[in-house]
Amino acid sequence: MTKTVLKVDNLVKRFGGLVATDHVSLDVEQNEIHAIIGPNGAGKTTLIHQLSGMIEPDSGAILFNDVEITQLSAPSRCHAGLVRSFQITSILKNFTVLDNVALAVQARQGHSFRFWKAAQKDQTLRQPAQEILDEVGLGDRSHVLAGNLAHGEQRRLEIAVALATSPKLLLLDEPMAGMDSEASESMTAYLRSLKGKYTMLLIEHDMDAVFALADRITVLVYGQVIASGIPEEIRKNAEVRSAYLGDD
Amino acid sequence: MTFALFVEQIINGLQLGIILFLVAAGLTLIFGIMDLVNLAHGTLYMFGAFFAATMVSITGSIVWGMILAIPLMLLAGVLLEVTILRTLYTRNHLDQVLATFGLILFFNELFLIAWGPEGTGIALPPWLSGSTKLGMGIELPDYRIVILVSGLIVAAMLYFLVAKTKIGMLIRAGASNREMVGALGVNIKLLYTAVFGIGAVMAGFAGMIITPITQAEAGMGEGFLILAFVVIVIGGIGSIRGAFYAAIITGLIDTLGRSFIDVVLLLVVESVTAETAGPAISSMLIYILMAIVLALKPNGLFPPRGA
Amino acid sequence: MLMGSLWTPRGIYNAVIIILCIIMPWLAPAIGQEFFTDVFTRTMIFAIAAISLNLIMGYGGMISFGHAVYIGIGGYTVGILSYHGIDNGWIQWPMAIGLCGVFALIFGAISLRTKGVYFIMITLAFAQMMYFLSVSIEKYGSDDGLNIDSQSQFGVPFFDLSDPLTIYYTAFLCMMLCVYITYRFVNSRFGMVIRGSMSNDERMRSIGYPTYGYKLTAFVIAGMMAGLSGILSANFEAFMSPDNLFWIASGDLIFMVVLGGMGTIFGPIGGTVLFLVISEILSNFTESWHLIFGPLLILVVLYMRGGMEGFFASLGRSQND
Repeated sequence: MTKTVLKVDNLVKRFGGLVATDHVSLDVEQNEIHAIIGPNGAGKTTLIHQLSGMIEPDSGAILFNDVEITQLSAPSRCHAGLVRSFQITSILKNFTVLDNVALAVQARQGHSFRFWKAAQKDQTLRQPAQEILDEVGLGDRSHVLAGNLAHGEQRRLEIAVALATSPKLLLLDEPMAGMDSEASESMTAYLRSLKGKYTMLLIEHDMDAVFALADRITVLVYGQVIASGIPEEIRKNAEVRSAYLGDD
Repeated sequence: MTFALFVEQIINGLQLGIILFLVAAGLTLIFGIMDLVNLAHGTLYMFGAFFAATMVSITGSIVWGMILAIPLMLLAGVLLEVTILRTLYTRNHLDQVLATFGLILFFNELFLIAWGPEGTGIALPPWLSGSTKLGMGIELPDYRIVILVSGLIVAAMLYFLVAKTKIGMLIRAGASNREMVGALGVNIKLLYTAVFGIGAVMAGFAGMIITPITQAEAGMGEGFLILAFVVIVIGGIGSIRGAFYAAIITGLIDTLGRSFIDVVLLLVVESVTAETAGPAISSMLIYILMAIVLALKPNGLFPPRGA
Repeated sequence: MLMGSLWTPRGIYNAVIIILCIIMPWLAPAIGQEFFTDVFTRTMIFAIAAISLNLIMGYGGMISFGHAVYIGIGGYTVGILSYHGIDNGWIQWPMAIGLCGVFALIFGAISLRTKGVYFIMITLAFAQMMYFLSVSIEKYGSDDGLNIDSQSQFGVPFFDLSDPLTIYYTAFLCMMLCVYITYRFVNSRFGMVIRGSMSNDERMRSIGYPTYGYKLTAFVIAGMMAGLSGILSANFEAFMSPDNLFWIASGDLIFMVVLGGMGTIFGPIGGTVLFLVISEILSNFTESWHLIFGPLLILVVLYMRGGMEGFFASLGRSQND
């Protein structure tokens, strides 16, 4: 029997008169990749902000592993295992690649009120960080300043940082954003290699990537869920085609 | 505490509030639109005082002196913006703070050399030195009424400018969304200079109308500037409406606090303690108010940008 | 690694400053400028405050425009205790530093709820509040200031803070201790969190750091360190006045840090030395030295972004190219 990792129940968020999230309900099951698609302005980013705790919903509930986390702060959600990546790459640009990941490892290890020992010589941080970098293919770039990485590499680092916190559920906010088709294919391949190891909620514009990766797809239009199901159903769904896929 | 005294202090508080608003409105506009932390805004207040004092002594008329000082303020504001402050818009807040701090040091010293430590002043002509009895023992100096009324008129003009004109529309748009104004294809440089000029004139006007009851002194602007900071922090940075309410509240609390805190304290402690603690507490009151507002609403009472 | 490599322009510059600090009590009389010993005592005391400000501003991105308030609280604690006949340093110093910590905790807890320009203004306003408090208490001198009749007594033989050499080297050791503490802090796990939050606070929160608590801790540590500067100042000048916590003093501190190079370990020391030496020279030259100092400040902001450290570091780079 599959286990529901994330359950979103009737989530509502209004900005003035605009209903950005309109009674959205969905769930994500263990080890699946659940994709959310929708045209621009459909409220995908607003939704992920609410899931990661950066903005507070007006009503509704978010349950993570059967525990309500609607009121939990972003850092606490991360510690619970709900970790996000950012659409606009938000790595620490003036830190080295290794330091970026080491900070995430450090966060996972618990409290950081240690004032004396040099963190950059701490093998309990460096080693796991280097392993993750090797895994995402940035192993030989670990001492480069993150800001000097190429765009595609920065997107990989973004994922590496999220992975370093040992997530139970990855919220991926457009991991292919701004990538050319080659880079995006290689990212797709990488995400597929993570399948089965991590549960993922994927927000993405790149339809090839979505249909290649997703086990289930939820379609969001004007803040509302208009369809949800396996890729085949979504591909055939007339409403989705007219609202969204037809635009392509 | 008599009723008359109480009313007079309320009027004084309103007067302080309105002067504070004139300074704070420019400060909040300049921050809201240009993203500039301008510590030298208090310097503009000082400019107003000295320009008016000089013009009054040249013309021999308080009315003409102040009227002539206004275009001078505009000129000073525009010059300052074009020469130095404009280069700071793209800098971070720290650079802005330091550079405008440098301006303060420079101008305070310059005015100190020019007018000496005692500064200068504006003598009230006889027709403004009287006072008016309002009944019930309430008596108000005429000039305070002039300050209150002229301050309100300037505030109303600002409201009209911002709410009803095209430039006001741009100002409002700029305060809530800086990028949007650029997208409208407006001459941003000119708009910025205009906004700075308006801010300079208002701060200068505040400085000039207060001078007859205080003094024009080098360094007079900074104490006031910090009060204006408190006002815009309470009101919500970028919000003119917030600045207005916060200025009135701050003016009233500060004035009433200074006059009546002893009386209030006497209700709870004995007289010696009240006498020593009174001045200390009253001078801290508005900062305590600010701390309470921020603890409850970190973006001030009327934050202009959604969020 | 503490100073970078020594044989670079930057390393030499820092070494020269530290050596100057060590030998000034002999150098100053030798060149016939004895008052420079006093200038340097004052410099090193201010440098402690600048180092502490750099800890939160240069490494944590917290632009406190009210940092002088902790110099004031530290110094007034010593002065007020001494006024009441308590001149035991073992009581004075821990109490002064502890009080600075308490005030930094209160001010920081409120200020850190806000960001950006709000933070700048609020820290300024809190400092101004304490300034008005110090002005309004007549018992402790109000705006005339408070004379301190006796230095802190530690009951240790040969350790007498009224002796110029003793206070000189006490200040020096305290300064070097603060540099070392800062060095350890900013490179520790804690320091990485603070620096990360300066770089991108949202990112740090999203990988599990409740950054508020970390920033507040740094703010309190910096407040206590600045308190030490106040303690030494009270002992050296035998005087505290509201001017010590006036907002101009806080602005000066920011300038010292920026002039020296923000976010560098030794930067604040060089910045403070330069600041006080320039103001000393200018004020000997003309009474209206702010007339030159103000524009100088603007020029530094506009054209010398990395401060002295940045300048010498760039010299080193162009040499290697």
